[in-house]
Amino acid sequence: MAKLRVGVVSPEREIWSGEADMVIAKTVDGELGIMPNHAPVLGVLVEGGVLRVKRDSEADLVAAVHGGFISVAGNDVSILAEAAELGSEVDVAAARDALARAQASIETNQDDADARLEAKRSRARLRAAGEDV
Amino acid sequence: MGAQLRALRRRIKSVKSTAKITRAQELIASSRIVKAQQRMQAAVPYEREITHALTAVVSNTSKLAHPLMEAKEQPRRAGVLIVTSDSGFCGGFNANILREAEALAGLLRSRGVEPTPYVTGRKGVTWHSFRNREMGGQWVGFSRRPAYTDAKEIADTLIGAFQDENGIDEIHIVSTEFVSMLTQAVVVKRILPLVVEETTEAPAVPLPYFEFEPTAGDVLDSLLPRYIESRIFTALLESAASEEAARRRAMKSATDNANELIRVFTMQMNQARQAEITQEISEIVGGANALADAAAGKE
Repeated sequence: MAKLRVGVVSPEREIWSGEADMVIAKTVDGELGIMPNHAPVLGVLVEGGVLRVKRDSEADLVAAVHGGFISVAGNDVSILAEAAELGSEVDVAAARDALARAQASIETNQDDADARLEAKRSRARLRAAGEDV
Repeated sequence: MGAQLRALRRRIKSVKSTAKITRAQELIASSRIVKAQQRMQAAVPYEREITHALTAVVSNTSKLAHPLMEAKEQPRRAGVLIVTSDSGFCGGFNANILREAEALAGLLRSRGVEPTPYVTGRKGVTWHSFRNREMGGQWVGFSRRPAYTDAKEIADTLIGAFQDENGIDEIHIVSTEFVSMLTQAVVVKRILPLVVEETTEAPAVPLPYFEFEPTAGDVLDSLLPRYIESRIFTALLESAASEEAARRRAMKSATDNANELIRVFTMQMNQARQAEITQEISEIVGGANALADAAAGKE
């Protein structure tokens, strides 16, 4: 079966690239699963989403992706994230800490948009690291 | 010891310690260029992909109306983003940029457009505030190691001003491009409004017909600001690498000059010492001769 060539890039570095069987990302319209020979798509990713790359031999690659785009053309899939982090690189303690702080400031101020965003991001990081949130 | 000799020794000592400092600065800059270049390289894939995606959207949509791509009929004000460094010791790096920015401002004024400077880097900010020039925005503290969030902040301010009815009508960027280790060139680019280049020649690989999630308009809405951010980020990274390259060159010539000075002073010092010795000997010989003559006269 044909394989997908996947590249996950953020402005500061290339986070991961390689071959995969399936890519699952969350766009603003909902979850989007890409398998080989998919029609060309350009989608906007949600803030604080989790990206899953399925590979047949190895375990899934999971990354927290904050905003950005997914572009599929031919069997090339590019994930352009404004910021992204592989699940294995997430500092779980720090992410939990950030989430707790963000939730505390949401409780004191319901309209704190920054805190809401931060909470969303921390949750995505924790989910990417395989933690339950 | 003669006064001249002492003065020369003191000067050699001071020049030597200056040379030590400039040499160290040169080495630091050399290692930083490599790191800056790596950061530049790391940013390439994202910029390539985002340009690719933007091309895909633009060539897939028939109507290309977007506020960020519309050129005003009669532009009145322009924003000029000037990318300078935070610290000095880098030769003509900042002077070159500021000179180019002034030339651009003159050109804009001759077209009836009033330029507003947006400045990054402490040197550029000081230059403008010293002359009491009003700045549309100023950012300092990251010229050596720009992060994407810095570029985002700048882009947000610029795009905000661009979309504001009474804001700016076009945005130019004056920065230094890192051509190679030895060459850095000041470049002026217009980043907004974006120009869509219609090419008649078919691309090597025909672009497929894309589906958009959610819609082409929404994708374009979020893609364009990211593209601007990425352009600004690249300019900041190139400027950082150029700054270090300029610093290395300036420090290298400073070290070379110091070594040359040491050589000249050492020669002068040796001459002075030799002159002193010669004088002493001739004094002794003269004295001895006088004594001998006096003794001979007595007999």
